[in-house]
Amino acid sequence: MAEVFAEDRQTSSAVLDDRKIEELSSGRERGAGIRVVVGETTGFAHTADLTEAGLLAAAEAASAVAREGGGGVRTIALHGDGRARPAATVLPAGVPKAAKLELLVRADEAARSAGDAVTQVSAGYGDSRRRILVASSEGRLAEDDQVRTRFNVSCVATGDTGLQTGYESVARTEGFEVFERVDVEDVARTAARRALSKLSARPAPSGELPVVLAGGSGGILFHEACGHGLEADHIVKDASVYVGQIGELVASPLVTLVDDGTVGGEWGAFAVDDEGRPGARNVLIENGVLTDYLWDWLRARKEGRASSGNGRRQSYQHLPMVRMTNTFLLAGEEDPDELVAQTPSGVYVAKLGGGQVNTTTGDFVFGTTEAYLIENGRITEPLRDANLIGNGPEVLRRIDAVANDFDMTPGTCGKDGQSVPVGCGQATLRITGVTIGGTAA
Amino acid sequence: MSDLPSLAEAVAARAEPGELVEVYVARGQDTEVRAFEGDVESLSSATSSGVGIRVLVEKDGGGRLGFAWAGSLDEDVVAETLAEARDNAAYATFDPDVTFARPDGVAPADLDLWDADLASVPTDRKVTMAIDLERQVRHADSRIRQVSSADYGDELVEVALASSTGIRAFTRRTAAFLSVSAIAGEGADSQTGTGFSAGRGLGDLDPDRAADDSVTRAVRMLGATKAPSGRSTVVFDPRVVSTLLSVMSAAMSGEAVVKGRSFFAGRLGEQVAAPEVTLVDDPTDPRAFAAATFDAEGLATRRNVLVAHGMLGQFLYDTVSARRAGTRSTASAVRGGFAGTPGVGCRALVLEPGQLDQPGILAAVGEGLYVQSITGVHSGVSVVSGDFSVGAEGLLIRGGHLAQPVREITVASTLQRMLQSIQFIGADLEWLPGVAAGQTLAVGDMQISGS
Repeated sequence: MAEVFAEDRQTSSAVLDDRKIEELSSGRERGAGIRVVVGETTGFAHTADLTEAGLLAAAEAASAVAREGGGGVRTIALHGDGRARPAATVLPAGVPKAAKLELLVRADEAARSAGDAVTQVSAGYGDSRRRILVASSEGRLAEDDQVRTRFNVSCVATGDTGLQTGYESVARTEGFEVFERVDVEDVARTAARRALSKLSARPAPSGELPVVLAGGSGGILFHEACGHGLEADHIVKDASVYVGQIGELVASPLVTLVDDGTVGGEWGAFAVDDEGRPGARNVLIENGVLTDYLWDWLRARKEGRASSGNGRRQSYQHLPMVRMTNTFLLAGEEDPDELVAQTPSGVYVAKLGGGQVNTTTGDFVFGTTEAYLIENGRITEPLRDANLIGNGPEVLRRIDAVANDFDMTPGTCGKDGQSVPVGCGQATLRITGVTIGGTAA
Repeated sequence: MSDLPSLAEAVAARAEPGELVEVYVARGQDTEVRAFEGDVESLSSATSSGVGIRVLVEKDGGGRLGFAWAGSLDEDVVAETLAEARDNAAYATFDPDVTFARPDGVAPADLDLWDADLASVPTDRKVTMAIDLERQVRHADSRIRQVSSADYGDELVEVALASSTGIRAFTRRTAAFLSVSAIAGEGADSQTGTGFSAGRGLGDLDPDRAADDSVTRAVRMLGATKAPSGRSTVVFDPRVVSTLLSVMSAAMSGEAVVKGRSFFAGRLGEQVAAPEVTLVDDPTDPRAFAAATFDAEGLATRRNVLVAHGMLGQFLYDTVSARRAGTRSTASAVRGGFAGTPGVGCRALVLEPGQLDQPGILAAVGEGLYVQSITGVHSGVSVVSGDFSVGAEGLLIRGGHLAQPVREITVASTLQRMLQSIQFIGADLEWLPGVAAGQTLAVGDMQISGS
């Protein structure tokens, strides 16, 4: 199999920090990655030289590892679905630079007016337009035009107990129209509130406790606890706790987990993946039973099946691999307030930070950036940031309640040195016991 | 000689009256081989190049800054990039402290960071190294169940920097590395271990060390259980210490300090760590993996003593943060390639070694926890608040020796308290890939969360 992946990416970004717009930045990158797969071996080369000579040189380098295949020229009929149209309605290149920067100034003012203890504010705006074309010797020809926009605010609050931080972000696979719905001042106030609330926070507890995750606090729990472990590259190498578990009960019956690259506007959405396959909705766990893994072309071919539309890459300079898109737990039926009221004691996590997993052991961590104690069924005192640690299959079995307030959050997923945008989602849910890594005994 | 310096100078010379132009051009060539089951799983090789241009429209000693970058060195693209950076400058807020570095008379260290042989090593030999490494690990121990990755990688990078303020810097460096991840298994239990070796060329690589590390670390974790919660002395593995130092160094950034984002702000001259602690960032030390002759603004690198005998001595600065703080750059500008702008960072952090090696430290500690790897550093360590909480796996220390393995635990404290609670700094200093060296380190009174 031989494949050409061509990419043209334009980005612009700006940071406001310490009351000043530091600089507006623009970037442009175009090139092609050429992949040649013979047997179990993949050869890859990339070039920024998109002339015929440049592409041929890269193709030569990529095929060098698989020389025994012999030379020759073959003409291949390519079948495409027509030119891609961006889903965005307001392309970033058509938006005046001043309009982008004005958002930053408004966010700065809103965050600083949230309280005198807000001592530092940083706000970031970024957009990108990524046009890709994939053509393969299997006859595949596909194009996509992906426009993404993000906005984030981080605040420092200063008090008697030292410094605390708060962060909030919005990131969508949309153009500038996202700001017709999203109020950047709300984003800023949320970040400020998180920093301010932690000034009076006490150290997080240490040990195993019931944990309630707020709806949309960061479905990163599922991203780490099982999402990575369901990626077929880990499965085929026997490097996941979920190997051989298809058809088995791997989670509480309340868990139905979906990965869906087609959810309009979400951060991990696209029309076609970076191997030219259409994005798809894949049910991974249904009522607690493992139904499927996530597949790219290479690993699917090994199993004689089709890719699930999860072949992604950071840029033309990278080989594609199995990646999540938008990964979420379907909502349940309980009322979120009721769910908290029925929890005598524990920790309420309003916002999660990042996480990390060892797919082989299933052990994973995720950090809190806004959390509170639950005492007698009520949310009480704020807690300082801490990591939570658990084992994927164990934690999934301990989910004993799922509410109806579903929401999604954007994130950046790193794997093997490549970063891609992903979405995560879940409703308010309770885990009967997770280890909380605080400093309070 | 590379064509990059003249290219950078030519673009910098296009600065118009009233503006400053700084041009960063880079070219890299890299090879990556991954082996699996005795064969090549993937082989990538490529060259890439690009340019990053900053334009400063000057006014009253400060100005407005714009930036643009492109993944190409084509003449037209470079010209467009300059025009775009110039256009962007009009939109920044006027900042009285913004300026570019100017030559400061410090001579660059004489460092040889280029292994000329690396460019001529045939690909076959690199492939063989990856395949041999995979085979060696697979057969090292009957409990090794899988080698999930065995990689060889190298890069050759050339960077030229020129500015209309007189900066002229050219650096080139090579790097080669081996890394391997092993999975050990017994019954239903699987555990992982990674090993690596890195240097400037093939001759620096030690496949046996990489293989042994991955096997030992995976096998000794078999049978791991959760440790009980409680307070304990924690002994960190040299690799973990390297990670901790590089994360903590963000608090030493003069930019973070001057903007009120570091728990070290306002503490210069105070005793912030145990008296045994002397911490230096010295990019002129050729043993450091990220040693460099110039910083990312083109100033000659220099040795900076951050903490001396526990006392906070100085912070790290680039040109702009130094100006904000009323001091001089410590030549600590770093950037993530041509698409990034300069920021403050360390390159070669090292703790002054103590007297004891690892067995000596374990014996002295007696009872505690040995941490071989940590997770969740980015979500669990804040250099603003100092809060520290990370996932950990390792071995209990019993009677001064490593004992049963433990996993799925966290260790927590605050960075402020950890620095004061350092009990032993190892003599076993290792230069590791990344921006910090490592050695065994014992920290008292940490909170373990487990069962």
